[in-house]
Amino acid sequence: MKYVDEFRAPELIGKAGEEIRRLADSKRHYRIMEVCGGHTHAIYRFGLKDLLPENVELIHGPGCPVCVLPMGRIDDGLSLTAKPEFIFAAFGDMMRVPGTHGSPLEYKARGMDVRIVYSPADALKLARLNPKKHVVFFAIGFETTAPSTALTIIRAKSEGLTNFSVFCNHVTIIPAIRAILDSPDMRLDGFVGPGHVSTVIGCRPYEWIAQEEGKPVVVSGFEPLDILQSIVMLLGQLRNGESKVENQYKRVVPWEGNRAALRAMAEVFELRPYFEWRGLGFISQSALKIRSAYGEWDSEQRFTVPGVRVTDPKAAQCGEVLKGVLKPSQCKLFGRECTPEQPVGALMVSSEGSCAAHYNYSQHKPVTIASAAAV
Amino acid sequence: MDALNAQLAVVDVVGVRRKVDLGLLAEESVVPGDWVLIHVGFAMSKISETDAADQMQTLMILGESAAAMEEVQGYGLENEVSANEEPGPLS
Repeated sequence: MKYVDEFRAPELIGKAGEEIRRLADSKRHYRIMEVCGGHTHAIYRFGLKDLLPENVELIHGPGCPVCVLPMGRIDDGLSLTAKPEFIFAAFGDMMRVPGTHGSPLEYKARGMDVRIVYSPADALKLARLNPKKHVVFFAIGFETTAPSTALTIIRAKSEGLTNFSVFCNHVTIIPAIRAILDSPDMRLDGFVGPGHVSTVIGCRPYEWIAQEEGKPVVVSGFEPLDILQSIVMLLGQLRNGESKVENQYKRVVPWEGNRAALRAMAEVFELRPYFEWRGLGFISQSALKIRSAYGEWDSEQRFTVPGVRVTDPKAAQCGEVLKGVLKPSQCKLFGRECTPEQPVGALMVSSEGSCAAHYNYSQHKPVTIASAAAV
Repeated sequence: MDALNAQLAVVDVVGVRRKVDLGLLAEESVVPGDWVLIHVGFAMSKISETDAADQMQTLMILGESAAAMEEVQGYGLENEVSANEEPGPLS
């Protein structure tokens, strides 16, 4: 496919790998964080780690929306729709995320009306088609997804469609990066910046990372050559003692972002004073809530939400993995109690989660009882 | 535009025709034949053919000028490279 195949060309990938080895100073150890879960998935899927010298280490960041959502929010969303007059609508990757009493799919098996939607607009369509029911759209995602939710809410209001509301879990990426940089056990040399979030917010919001924290940021695409070229650009900056924001993904990301998308977000959302992130704790001004002007389309303003807080299973070390302190395979549960089939932690659920990506694509799977029995 | 004011376009996604919402590209002029980045049913960004070609060009010559200079310097011939001479690719 155009814009895909050419960015997977093996001879250019080999060349980019050589350039990385040339630029990396053998006396230094580089720790580069890819913020976005889409990058984490691509890095494992294409085996990019194997192309990097040992002293260039990729740390997986917090940019997987399913992974950072606390279990209490899933419980809250599911408890809202536990009556027959409700429909629970969510993206497919939410369906197997465990809540305290099961995942949305397990609730569906017990009789709840649970629907998988591809787009928030599909959830709105469900509301049009089911006028006697109330559709709650379980909204999740960073700035990539938030504008689509915002535009859907604007449309619901302009249509006067009141049997639709959004349980909003949208989060913003910048406060999460700040929390990671403030974390005392974290030492990073630079960031592969999120590509799709940046189509919306542009590249300026990262400038403080370069200017105040002295860390280079390269906003990157998702094909193997995009990611490798971004690492080349980061190593080039580090070699020259520079720290600036560069845009590797110019073919998709405008420096100023998408103004229509930002306007839709500003119209519908405001910042929450604080929001809980799985693994990172409470982060101030890190999430979006629906403005009171659109309160009728906000599940939390319209209905009573229990506000459940659930502590993660103690043995699961999702927090440490999420912050990059531990590698997925260093968690005690990895590949044993916690697998993509039976996930304990959210990092094992989403394909963008570093544990699921490591489990699915790494050649160094730990021996499980099932695989040992098969041998 | 359809009756419900959603700006819908039909997009070929790897051979599958899908309806995609253009509402978030209100400030761009999108015409049939353009390539767009789609996320959750909405077009988020128009893909720039020029920038894609520029990037491919950068990737093709990645490291070549630097490697060529190193090679030339390694032979102690740096004084013989004039400003007009492009260091050629090594193969």
